[in-house]
Amino acid sequence: MGSASSVLTQYDIEEVQEHCNKIFSQQEIVSLYQRFCQLDRSAKGFISADEFLSVPEFAMNPLSQRLLKMVDGLNFKDFVAFLSAFSAKASAQQKIEFIFKVYDSDGNGKVSFNDILEVLRDLSGSFMSDEQRVNVLSQVLQEAGYTRESYLMLDDFIKVLGNPSLKMEVEVPVD
Amino acid sequence: MPKGETKKQMGGWPRCFVLRDGNSTYKCGHTDKNSPQDHKEINKIPQKLEEDAAEQQQPKEMSGSSSSGRSSDAAKLKSSSSELDLDRPNIEDYLPSGVSIQQEPHGKLHLRDLLDISPTLTEAAGAIVDDSFTRCFKSNPPEPWNWNVYLFPLWCFGVVIRYFVLFPLRVLVLAIGWIIFLSSFIPVHFLLKGHDKLRRKLERVLVELMCSFFVASWTGVVKYHGPRPSMRPKQVFVANHTSMIDFIILEQMTAFAVIMQKHPGWVGLLQSTILESVGCIWFNRNESKDREVVAKKLRDHVLGNDSNPLLIFPEGTCVNNHYTVMFKKGAFELGCSVCPVAIKYNKIFVDAFWNSRKQSFTMHLLQLMTSWAVVCDVWYLEPQNLKPGETPIEFAERVRDIISARAGLKKVPWDGYLKHSRPSPKHRERKQQSFAESVLWHLEEK
Repeated sequence: MGSASSVLTQYDIEEVQEHCNKIFSQQEIVSLYQRFCQLDRSAKGFISADEFLSVPEFAMNPLSQRLLKMVDGLNFKDFVAFLSAFSAKASAQQKIEFIFKVYDSDGNGKVSFNDILEVLRDLSGSFMSDEQRVNVLSQVLQEAGYTRESYLMLDDFIKVLGNPSLKMEVEVPVD
Repeated sequence: MPKGETKKQMGGWPRCFVLRDGNSTYKCGHTDKNSPQDHKEINKIPQKLEEDAAEQQQPKEMSGSSSSGRSSDAAKLKSSSSELDLDRPNIEDYLPSGVSIQQEPHGKLHLRDLLDISPTLTEAAGAIVDDSFTRCFKSNPPEPWNWNVYLFPLWCFGVVIRYFVLFPLRVLVLAIGWIIFLSSFIPVHFLLKGHDKLRRKLERVLVELMCSFFVASWTGVVKYHGPRPSMRPKQVFVANHTSMIDFIILEQMTAFAVIMQKHPGWVGLLQSTILESVGCIWFNRNESKDREVVAKKLRDHVLGNDSNPLLIFPEGTCVNNHYTVMFKKGAFELGCSVCPVAIKYNKIFVDAFWNSRKQSFTMHLLQLMTSWAVVCDVWYLEPQNLKPGETPIEFAERVRDIISARAGLKKVPWDGYLKHSRPSPKHRERKQQSFAESVLWHLEEK
């Protein structure tokens, strides 16, 4: 069942397409499905954290642990929806929303100083001290007109990241 | 699942039967995959490549291989293999694109620079969508040609021939081979105890003979190019690795002593009885103390005058014959000349890649024995020596270049053992370091 020979019907593909707002073409979805099956080695309908980490290029990404929380246990539909933010066809808004979600790990709709600090910690590891990180961050926040206590909302992210627009595109290989 | 499994192992027939059933776009996609696609996919791995290369302490080799190592040594190959060069990755193409903040060379740090994690996310998503490591171990699905009314009966006829004529014949050949082999090997082994030289010679011939029977059992059509290896001290043969049948194919011509992973089952039994006599050395990948023992045995073997030529598959794992993964440096620090052997399978009848995760070696052999033929080319290439000032890792990379060029394989920077373990945290730390450095650098700029 999990082998590449399991097939998607037109209905399946359209359903998935609806789910990701038609961001991916049918061919891209077929490609993604093959990839999904390949990663889902034990054919259980979702990709476990361990299977994600078996991709070395993913495992060595500084944000992999954080992303794992988002992708762990996704079924194919949600897997595609997750990746849709990386399509060239996705809007800037969508991409920023995605980034916002990465920061907003508790999902309360706002990003605190500590949330950003944690991402910064993932990115810089042991090569910056906590103090340095706090300093850099508060300095930069201050310049942008925020304080340590202020929460950043999605709108703030759009303001900061919206212009010039982000380059966050991953091409789905289509056979 | 048992039903699906038998289908698969029975070869193409049931699966291919339904193949044209309204899903043609899906399957047809496989066919024209090779050329335009592959360039794109290789281009997709810029940073990781660089990271990994640096990690292996061979940055010079990765970025400059085309200039130094390759040009001099592969120049001879170039004339004959220029068409192959086209589908080799162009290493310059995937030089690092840099970390987020470095893209802004001047000016101070803005909130945007810190908040913008899109490069890292893009990398992660890119790896989820497609990655060069998984590609190395992907088996190619067979491409049945039963796609019209005229071909279909012909194809069915082929299946009948393959399974009900060829297969039994081949089993017979193999059985005869075993009978001849065992009936002469056992007496030779036990009766000629005193005459070591003669015994070893006979055993060598017998093992070669047995391997020929194996090759015959899948109608192996093997073309050997270049001079046959001879027995000399201080030389070691290295080859790319696709399946255990690599070993059989090479062994058929010359009784190599090979370094191999200890296998369970009947293969393991052969290893510890028959292959021992040609000087094969095996180890258990997971036992760290085996490593030292093997290293010592290796050194002893290479120095011996009378020992069979040594064969090492430095990739340490089977790759699908489209890529080469990193070469382990062990074979390259023995201080002897390294003779590269390139093996390229033609997938026209069967994919010779042994995906040990998915099938046992027995099933793999059965698959080969029920196909029309196994077609492959073997090139014995010019011996290489460590150049002054070259590290074993650089040397290994150079030999890998030569083999990849000859067999038309693409190089990826991964260690094949990542199949069994996770990449070391060093890779990640490297990314973190460059990020931290650029942040701090900007901070000081102010």
